[in-house]
Amino acid sequence: MIDKLVLYFEYPFVKYAMLVGVLIALCSSLLGVTLVLKRFSFIGDGLSHVAFGAMAVASLFDLSNDMIVVLPLTVLSAVVLLRGSQSAKIKGDASLAMISVGALAIGYLLLNAFSTSTNISGDVCTTLFGSTSILTLNKVDVWLCIIMSVVVIGMFLLFYHKIFAVTFDETFAKATGTKADSYNLLIAVITATIIVLAMKLVGSLLISALIIFPAVSSMRIFKSFLSVILSSAVIAVFCAVVGILISILAATPVGATIVAVNIVVFGIFSAIGALAGK
Amino acid sequence: MQLKCNQVSLGYEGRTIIENLNFQVNAGDYLYIVGENGTGKSTLIKTLLGLRAPLKGTIEMGEGLKSSEIGYLPQQTMVQKDFPASVWEVVLSGNLNKCGLRPFYNKQEKERAEANMKKLGIEDFKKKCYRDLSGGQQQRVLLARALCATGKMLLLDEPVAGLDPKITNEMYELIQKLNEEGITIIMVSHDMQAATLYADHILHIGHKPLFFGTKEDYLKTETGRTFTELGKLEEQGEEYDR
Repeated sequence: MIDKLVLYFEYPFVKYAMLVGVLIALCSSLLGVTLVLKRFSFIGDGLSHVAFGAMAVASLFDLSNDMIVVLPLTVLSAVVLLRGSQSAKIKGDASLAMISVGALAIGYLLLNAFSTSTNISGDVCTTLFGSTSILTLNKVDVWLCIIMSVVVIGMFLLFYHKIFAVTFDETFAKATGTKADSYNLLIAVITATIIVLAMKLVGSLLISALIIFPAVSSMRIFKSFLSVILSSAVIAVFCAVVGILISILAATPVGATIVAVNIVVFGIFSAIGALAGK
Repeated sequence: MQLKCNQVSLGYEGRTIIENLNFQVNAGDYLYIVGENGTGKSTLIKTLLGLRAPLKGTIEMGEGLKSSEIGYLPQQTMVQKDFPASVWEVVLSGNLNKCGLRPFYNKQEKERAEANMKKLGIEDFKKKCYRDLSGGQQQRVLLARALCATGKMLLLDEPVAGLDPKITNEMYELIQKLNEEGITIIMVSHDMQAATLYADHILHIGHKPLFFGTKEDYLKTETGRTFTELGKLEEQGEEYDR
């Protein structure tokens, strides 16, 4: 088994997959804690559908790198959704559902109507569930992912205390002069960026799992914000590594395997939390 | 004069709730803002905190007070009920308005948080989880956080809601003590009994004409008498229920 892994890791694309996988899992887990606590868990899900739609649009223009279309569109929707949840006639969850399902439908429609590919359902399945795309990353994708991850982690470190304050009590933060709206915007933009990156890894339907699972698992046991964040990061990286290794050895789809490992960890943490609570 | 409202009108979506509001708060005052639900108490709070602009009129701040320096004790939100945060993290976050763009808290701010926890008798809970504390202890934590944000003025929004009578009294005594140390208190509440005990000024909104003045003058007005009597009756009713 070890021999097989050593053999695989001589291929650059396997190394890339591991590196990108770990970085994406790390970034999404950092943000996940805030999103879960702010009751924004579903924003990740909604945005990933938007990213799917955007990808379909990008494929129409036959771009060499679809990021140019997907990233700005997803960031824009994130901003609209966040503004919407504050002051719109259509309330938060409804507008979220509209945008996400709408984008999914339009995306699928465009792919079917205009795609030049002979295997549309295969393409759709890849975009939704990630399947093998992580093993087809090229150098540009890898570098893009590294740069974005560094930016996300840097932002998080720099604004850690502000993010805590805005998450714990937005009104108090605003009242004492913290520009909570700007930080909410920052959180939305970072979320959108991570989701676009993560689509390569687990596909758009499974991204929410990367965002939510490490956070809720950590909250079963840990009782301070810092420890929850650190534990989420560790869980996320652990699950990504184990998931990718299993998927290489057992030839299972990468995204689904990582999510499955996350579910197992959640089960274990819940059990420990329940025992410790008694 | 720390805070002054001149001919202020408040409202939202084109509807005016409060008109021609005039009042003034001096350093060391203890002001109770009373009024029934739906009379614009929370709108007034938001305006005083600078989260919302008045429809008409002006709010002046004096003696170097900025609206971001009003220590605010909000009502608890749903989010906080299951939030994993230690007492230390919550109290420390009150210092954020002094940080600017600096990403971490400095030594002075940490000492300030320590001192405020000691003052409110919660230093033993430092490492405890906020959500595991009792209602009264949680309020003390939020009060310590508010004190980190200000040394001048506290604005408390129904601070005893949901607390049992013994803890309620402790909370009132604590706030009274802070007031005696020179911190201006603005308390929003419908506990008339407490208002007559602790306040030196009262602002009654929702009843026309609006009343603003000292407690003694308030008790001479008809609304004042009616409401304090009602409060007493309710109190007796509650005791009877028990």
